[in-house]
Amino acid sequence: MPDLLLEFFSEEIPARMQPRAADDLRKLVTDRLVEAGLVYEGAKAFATPRRLALAVHGIPARQPDLKEEKKGPRVGAPQAAIDGFLKSAGLASLDQAKVEKDPKKGEFYVAVVEKKGRPAIDVIGEIVPEVVRAFPWPKSMRWGAASAQPGALTWVRPLHSIVAIFGPETEDPDVVIFSVGGIASGSITHGHRFMAPAAIEVRRQADYMEKLEKAKVIVDPARRQDIILAEAKNLAFAQGFELVEDAGLLAEAAGLVEWPVVLMGTFDRAFLAIPDEVIRTTIRNNQKCFVLRDPQTAKLVNKFILIANIEAADGGKAIVAGNERVIRARLSDATFFYESDLKTLLEDRLPKFEGIVFHEKLGTQWQRIERIERLAAALAPLVKADIGKARRAARLCKADLLSDVVGEFPELQGLMGKYYAEAQGEDEAVAHAIEDHYSPKGPDDLVPADPVSIAVALADKIDTLVGFWAIDEKPTGSKDPYALRRAALGVIRLVLSNGVRMGLLDVFSRATEGYLEQDNAHVVAALGKNQTPGSEFDAIRRSFAALTGAGLREFFADRLKVQLREQGARHDLVDAVFSLEGQDDLFLIVRRVEALGRFLDTDDGRNLLAGAKRAANILRIEEKKDGHAFAGAPDGALLKDPEEKALAGAIEAARDDAAAAVGREDFAAAMAAMAKLRPAVDAFFDKVTVNADDKVLRENRLKLLNEIRQATRAVADFSKIEG
Amino acid sequence: MTDSGTPPHMRPDRSFQALILTLQRFWADYGCVILQPYDMEVGAGTFHPATTLRALGPKPWNAAYVQPSRRPKDGRYGENPNRLQHYYQYQVILKPSPPDIQDLYLKSLAAIGIDAGLHDIRFVEDDWESPTLGAWGLGWECWCDGMEVSQFTYFQQVAGFECAPVSGELTYGLERLAMYVQGVDRVYDLNFNGREGAQKVTYGDVFLQAEQEYSRHNFEHADTAMLFEQFKMAEAACRKYLDVGWQKNETGSEKKERHLMALPAYDQCIKASHVFNLLDARGVISVTERQSYILRVRELAKACGAAWLATEAGGAG
Repeated sequence: MPDLLLEFFSEEIPARMQPRAADDLRKLVTDRLVEAGLVYEGAKAFATPRRLALAVHGIPARQPDLKEEKKGPRVGAPQAAIDGFLKSAGLASLDQAKVEKDPKKGEFYVAVVEKKGRPAIDVIGEIVPEVVRAFPWPKSMRWGAASAQPGALTWVRPLHSIVAIFGPETEDPDVVIFSVGGIASGSITHGHRFMAPAAIEVRRQADYMEKLEKAKVIVDPARRQDIILAEAKNLAFAQGFELVEDAGLLAEAAGLVEWPVVLMGTFDRAFLAIPDEVIRTTIRNNQKCFVLRDPQTAKLVNKFILIANIEAADGGKAIVAGNERVIRARLSDATFFYESDLKTLLEDRLPKFEGIVFHEKLGTQWQRIERIERLAAALAPLVKADIGKARRAARLCKADLLSDVVGEFPELQGLMGKYYAEAQGEDEAVAHAIEDHYSPKGPDDLVPADPVSIAVALADKIDTLVGFWAIDEKPTGSKDPYALRRAALGVIRLVLSNGVRMGLLDVFSRATEGYLEQDNAHVVAALGKNQTPGSEFDAIRRSFAALTGAGLREFFADRLKVQLREQGARHDLVDAVFSLEGQDDLFLIVRRVEALGRFLDTDDGRNLLAGAKRAANILRIEEKKDGHAFAGAPDGALLKDPEEKALAGAIEAARDDAAAAVGREDFAAAMAAMAKLRPAVDAFFDKVTVNADDKVLRENRLKLLNEIRQATRAVADFSKIEG
Repeated sequence: MTDSGTPPHMRPDRSFQALILTLQRFWADYGCVILQPYDMEVGAGTFHPATTLRALGPKPWNAAYVQPSRRPKDGRYGENPNRLQHYYQYQVILKPSPPDIQDLYLKSLAAIGIDAGLHDIRFVEDDWESPTLGAWGLGWECWCDGMEVSQFTYFQQVAGFECAPVSGELTYGLERLAMYVQGVDRVYDLNFNGREGAQKVTYGDVFLQAEQEYSRHNFEHADTAMLFEQFKMAEAACRKYLDVGWQKNETGSEKKERHLMALPAYDQCIKASHVFNLLDARGVISVTERQSYILRVRELAKACGAAWLATEAGGAG
């Protein structure tokens, strides 16, 4: 079957857009082919800085013929109806229609309309221009004389030519004829901009890739990446160094060249005095070059790897020399920034924060720092951190935002703070907390484990969460401009991996106190007019709870579910635990969820769950029937059957044992206590008729069922558990 | 221009002025109007009315010129090897953008001695936006061996108006380019006139004192009270000229068909923009105020663009 080859040859496509564009091209064209009945065998798209290409294999030469049956009027219908039918079906006379029978309708005419499939090449000639016109570039532009007219073609950068070839492997393929934005399709492309700019006629994919490779263009970005990586590693290895790998940089570098040539350059050793990360970021961000390290010490060496786009006549000497000069200038800028940063103590930067607004309603950065400091001090005892160090770290943790290096490279925030703190002789725990207080930044980021870091990292996130909740700026749908979901997940991971014991509502209220102490008008107003700074903690606690409802706690529950689901846990178990009264200790909640999960994996667990659900179902129905709940303890004197007496006893024992176990935070034991309930529940349902004729007896038994439900709530709300 | 007939002091890799002269000759050969710098303080060659205003409207326009550019905040008292508060841009505007504009650019590099067989020339994504001019375009920064030597932009919008047709704009950072071809690491060491020995004049000889003096002025002493006043005056004058420039037609109706003073009005917009840059360098404009000043200049630029489109050169009737 024939193959299709498309190439869009343009001016330089931004590296970051290339992978997505290749995907979009493949999907848009192949979707349209399938829609048109042209089911293909395979498709692969490629991108280079100057071209976007697509090869589709095994496309049928024609669309399949389609037969369509059209029901007409009944035999003997008025002439007008018959004429209308003939016209719409394109028939000359009734002889061309069949007659079919239907028990209801009787005999009626049916026209069989055959839709002949068209040659695939014609269909493709219609599809491609439409795809080009609607191509979803993140940003596209007009150009040239044609841009004077409305409706001019847009593309990511000026589009110069289009190759569109269709045909079987063994024959001469045909050009798919079309024209879009004044560009006529053809079979001509061009090689490398500098090394082989001549026109090339191409015939099919294999031929295309091969001819372009001869013309110094490697069409497949994955191959360009492989070449860069392999050669970079070789060059490094040959000198006894190791490449600092960087997948993002590799993809970008491969998107900036059609013919990768890997070269090594050197910079002055003196620059190694500034932190490795500053060197790496400077060289990576500004020059798109890789850095190398000494495999023994893991420290950077004074070398870098650059990826050029040409095989230069002098073997790359001028290119290396040029890049070395640029990198020297960049590193001397960075050194200047770093050294001048070191001249200012971190605390001396703080007054400037008074003039920087963090959020219009939440005050300045300075106010934020004060609150974080206050909250970190309050959290310190919970995580066994030194209060003084937690305060100090919190006070200094944002200071590096005003340093020159972080101004130049925002991604170095925190890290530079640590270096500057060390340089001014801060305690090691303080310096580390400054770096780590942003962590964990994402689901894969390491979680700080040092107590001072934990205290400041928690305080930073909780202050933000509580503030935005108080002013009702919550994430909605995909909008989360202040990254509150990430902050909540960060709190969860900090708590769980360090076993931090804290009540969420208590901590939220401590954070709220910080805002009230600053007399933040928005938070004060939100908490209610009777609420004034300095009021009782319990009152704040109550008003915060009233303000956000269970909102922020539920937000955490949702984040926790996401987190546990990713670890393979059941999200319904989180609900089953969270919906119990007063559950706001994340660490205990998770331990309970884990114990519950293990319990439900046992026979005892599954059966008890079934029994509890059965009890709940019966209760629901009967409560509805009677219009009231069956609350209160059953009357012992009315217990008649041995199974119900046994159940009553078992419930009492299980409840007491489970409560005691929960009190010891021994959830496994609590589950074990519940497990003892199971035989009694099973026997009860086996032998005892709940809906006895005797009304008093029935009521008493329903109360007993209610006791099962109540008893299981010692460990979880079984009604929230699925299955 | 490296042929053997060229005397050494006229070689673009020996002399800053020869580099400029080579570009002038190259673009003159192409058919550009070679203009002289605009006689007002501007932040970039784009502000020259030959770019900003001529980019608007349907009429073809090819021009090239050197534009001294002032960025008060970038001053470093002459101590930084490549940061200047005053430097030269070489600006080329081609409207509509010709299909071979990239090749033209590469030929211009060849003319100043950058051999594409020896150097790694790259077009790296860099979209351009000027909030004060209400303008944006897509393009690249052009790299030579990892050094950014030019900006290349296809204007899509200027002064809030769609460009129809689109212009191609090339901006060469002359000092950087000269440092590269002369092999010099410090801008002040550039050979300005291409002579050697006692006759040699360096970039430092010409501009070092100016950098020191203007850095003092820009950061420490520029009279802010006067500047605030100047901003207001320029803004008011711009509005005034725009208002009176609209030609009344015979019926006396206010229908805006023809403008008679777009250029003088635009001068005041440029003035306001530069005064704002000075105030910004003096650090007397807060973050929130900054936005509102930028917006005020943009409003002027937009109104000037609208006026320009109602002039003959802007394509009106």
